[in-house]
Amino acid sequence: MILGIPLLSLVIWLPIVAGVAVLATGGDRNANLARMIALVGSVLGFIVAIPIYTGFNALQGGMQFTELQPWVERFHVNYHLGVDGISLWLVLLNCFTTPLVVIAGWKVIEKKVAQYMAAFLIMSGIVNGVFMALDALLFYVFWEAMLIPMFIIIGVWGGPNRVYAAIKFFLYTLLGSLLMLVALIYLYHQSGSFSILDYYKLPLSMAAQVLIFLAFFVAFAVKVPMWPVHTWLPDAHVEAPTGGSVVLAAIMLKVGAYGFLRFSLPIAPDASHALSGFMITLSLIAVVYIGLVALVQSDMKKLIAYSSISHMGFVTLGIFIFNAIGTEGAIVQMISHGLVSGAMFLCVGVLYDRLHSRQIADYGGVANKMPMFAAFFMLFSMANSGLPGTSGFAGEFMVILGAMKANFWLAFAAASTLVFGAAYTLWMYKRVIFGAVANSHVSELMDINSREFLFLAILAVGVLGMGLYPLPVANIMHASVNDLLLHVAQSKLQ
Amino acid sequence: MNFTMPELTPALPEIFLLAALSVILIVDLFVADPKRFATFLLTQASLLVCAIITIMNASGKVVHTFDNMYVSDMMTAVLKVGVYVCVFMLLIYSRRYIESRELCKGEFYTLSLFATLGMMVMISANSFLTLYLGLELMSLSLYAMVALQRDSHVATEAAMKYFVLGALASGLLLYGMSMLYGATGSLDINRVLEAIKSGQANPDVLVFGIVFVVAGLGFKLGAVPFHMWVPDVYHGAPTAVTLFIGSAPKLAAFAFVLRILSGGLQPLVHDWSQMLEILAVLSMAIGNITAIAQANIKRMLAYSTISHMGFLLLGILSGNVNGYSSAMFYVLIYALMTLGGFGMVMLMSREGFEADKIDDFKGLNARSPWNAFVMLLLMFSMAGIPPTVGFYAKFSVLQAALNSGHVWLVVAAVLFSLIGSFYYLRIVKLMYFDAPIIDAPIIANQDARILLGINGIAMLLLGILPQSLMALCAQSIQSSFSGF
Repeated sequence: MILGIPLLSLVIWLPIVAGVAVLATGGDRNANLARMIALVGSVLGFIVAIPIYTGFNALQGGMQFTELQPWVERFHVNYHLGVDGISLWLVLLNCFTTPLVVIAGWKVIEKKVAQYMAAFLIMSGIVNGVFMALDALLFYVFWEAMLIPMFIIIGVWGGPNRVYAAIKFFLYTLLGSLLMLVALIYLYHQSGSFSILDYYKLPLSMAAQVLIFLAFFVAFAVKVPMWPVHTWLPDAHVEAPTGGSVVLAAIMLKVGAYGFLRFSLPIAPDASHALSGFMITLSLIAVVYIGLVALVQSDMKKLIAYSSISHMGFVTLGIFIFNAIGTEGAIVQMISHGLVSGAMFLCVGVLYDRLHSRQIADYGGVANKMPMFAAFFMLFSMANSGLPGTSGFAGEFMVILGAMKANFWLAFAAASTLVFGAAYTLWMYKRVIFGAVANSHVSELMDINSREFLFLAILAVGVLGMGLYPLPVANIMHASVNDLLLHVAQSKLQ
Repeated sequence: MNFTMPELTPALPEIFLLAALSVILIVDLFVADPKRFATFLLTQASLLVCAIITIMNASGKVVHTFDNMYVSDMMTAVLKVGVYVCVFMLLIYSRRYIESRELCKGEFYTLSLFATLGMMVMISANSFLTLYLGLELMSLSLYAMVALQRDSHVATEAAMKYFVLGALASGLLLYGMSMLYGATGSLDINRVLEAIKSGQANPDVLVFGIVFVVAGLGFKLGAVPFHMWVPDVYHGAPTAVTLFIGSAPKLAAFAFVLRILSGGLQPLVHDWSQMLEILAVLSMAIGNITAIAQANIKRMLAYSTISHMGFLLLGILSGNVNGYSSAMFYVLIYALMTLGGFGMVMLMSREGFEADKIDDFKGLNARSPWNAFVMLLLMFSMAGIPPTVGFYAKFSVLQAALNSGHVWLVVAAVLFSLIGSFYYLRIVKLMYFDAPIIDAPIIANQDARILLGINGIAMLLLGILPQSLMALCAQSIQSSFSGF
């Protein structure tokens, strides 16, 4: 709390209230009003999140800005919020992305504008809740509630195959969540509370830990997504509207990795160690195999979707090598991926809005007609392939360093992503942007307007800033990551 | 032999309702208005007065009267108020529906009240005889209500089916009760309990009796494998009556199950909870899987009811106070969700058009965003997705079952609820993702429209703040069953 204001609650509920206000504007007659309220709400949402960063004490591990209120006393559930160095960045990333999504959908979305904007605002608040909840049931409520707006976003404003994608997305993620619920109830009966921090101290037998780990694994692996439960992602990404893809890639994928850090590792440390080989194998398959899959895509959005899976493989790899630099690298990679993949999807969105095609083959020589756009796209493509100086490099490098500490061959396999990443991203870039003007449609393209320039420029600043000077990002999470690793190192067996 | 006048105050709501009913029956003869607005108002007013009497009467103490055949405690008060609320709401929802289908006769209202009276007796019964009396009063009124639409052969068939199978179930139940009577020598639930506790009752006869009682209860709840009547009756009956059958009687049936199994047969919890396990798993499996294949929303909701009953049994079979209060919470929430679901079907229907195909919901968001949103909340609540209250209902029974050691049952339950979420999602999909096929405006009474909105928003509000209702359930079960 700062000055008696429950800051974290404000960060959660302000976007939700703004979302309800947007809904209240009604039909498309008031579309402009809806857009304005959405923009103001999302920008305010970001502004109220800034004091969390400025007021955060980086030297302290533990949770800060905590709020604790009894909620469902019958089951000892509390409305318990807090942030540490890990969740802080994810909250900021989320609050940062929401205004961009609102701006990106400003003109493009023409039907049911209010519902579209409201869905994103409400989701933004809910995702903040996921990152801040310190009570397992509160976490679960936010976690599942997140599905409803996303389901609607994909299904209503998505591409031709949207219904299939929306239902697949929903059922896939629900499957994981339900098993997690069983694990949470089990932990509740063991410890008598739903406080996540209490679970950290709860001794558990190996068998129990393994079952809990697996239940959490299904929930989080589906969200990350890890190979082989990743198949919902390309469908959802391709069919979602641009804003939906951005939020999916930048935010939704992070909640899975965050879950590993917040739940799996500290609650079941022995099982995490025992199963780390399994997790690392899956991560490497994602990095290498999915990287190769990305190479052969002919659809730009699908290519970026597969590249996301491959990058997220890096994140899970960093988490399960259990050293400080690897874990921090994983978190930096999450933030960076949030910026870069969001930017990539926005770039594809810019092209799609003009030609209504996502096929690489329909483009060629775009640089001739859209030089400014080509420059931005270049920067983000470089970041996506991990070029030094961009944010993409910092995280990958740290994870590779961490992997090197654990095992040389691990680092060797992981580093292959630098090759594959460059190959699929730059090859796509070359085919779309360079060369002669491919067809009459391309020759009629107009360069980006000021609205598009605005969101691409903001992201470019973020990507470059984080790439050139990643220290503040890493510094703030130091204490929290050390705390986490301490928990992971302590056996809970008796 | 001395005759002492029994204490009448605990039964005051029933006595009042019977008196009010007789008045309404006579007054209705003189109502000339084809819409029978006076009858409607009187019915609602008597329900309200009943609610006031019940709440004033509730003291938190367990009071027995009529020589222990009748009990009044906090659980009966809460469930009775639940029943009044259900009937009150459904009469508002169905007013327009019955007017446009020539069902709007005095009988609809009086039969509703007779069924309500039966449910009240069931809820307060403390003897096998009283239980049976209440059950039959309720069932006979419902059979007649299903058959109210005389010229519809579907409704007549449904009524026939309901009657034959209902009578069979009653027979099974009576047979089981006679076994229990034979083994314990009493119809009074408290004495049955004492006889079993003392160990003098023959266990073989007891278990034999339990099998029949559970089968009979299974029929009444609509649990698999005794569920065959549910889809046909739900489908065939006029929607207003379907709503009636689907909502309030489940509250009464819950009280019934709890009185017999948890009240009288608590020492044999091991025996009956095994039987309920099978019923629960089968109900969740068949209910959820079969619901996917339905094209008629009334049939879909019928199968959904079957699966909800499976979840309800999950709470009861936990066999402890925690489980019973979770089940009570579940059944109250279930009744609210069903009211909303069928209420929406009725809201969308108009003269000559039933709106009972799931395709009739296509594009509802384009036609009426508010109603689509209400239905969305109801569907997500039925699927058990937070932040709607359906999640807490499922959560509380799951934690009770897990607490009593039924781990695999719980895993099965969550997997079936995953399967189940598909058909609820499909309704949302039709409403939001598809283009409308009908353009006719939705005509509805303002009161029904507003109440339905409140019904839907309640799903969200109760989901955000579930504590008070949960505490109420826990407290009432605690005070009624603390002896065990």
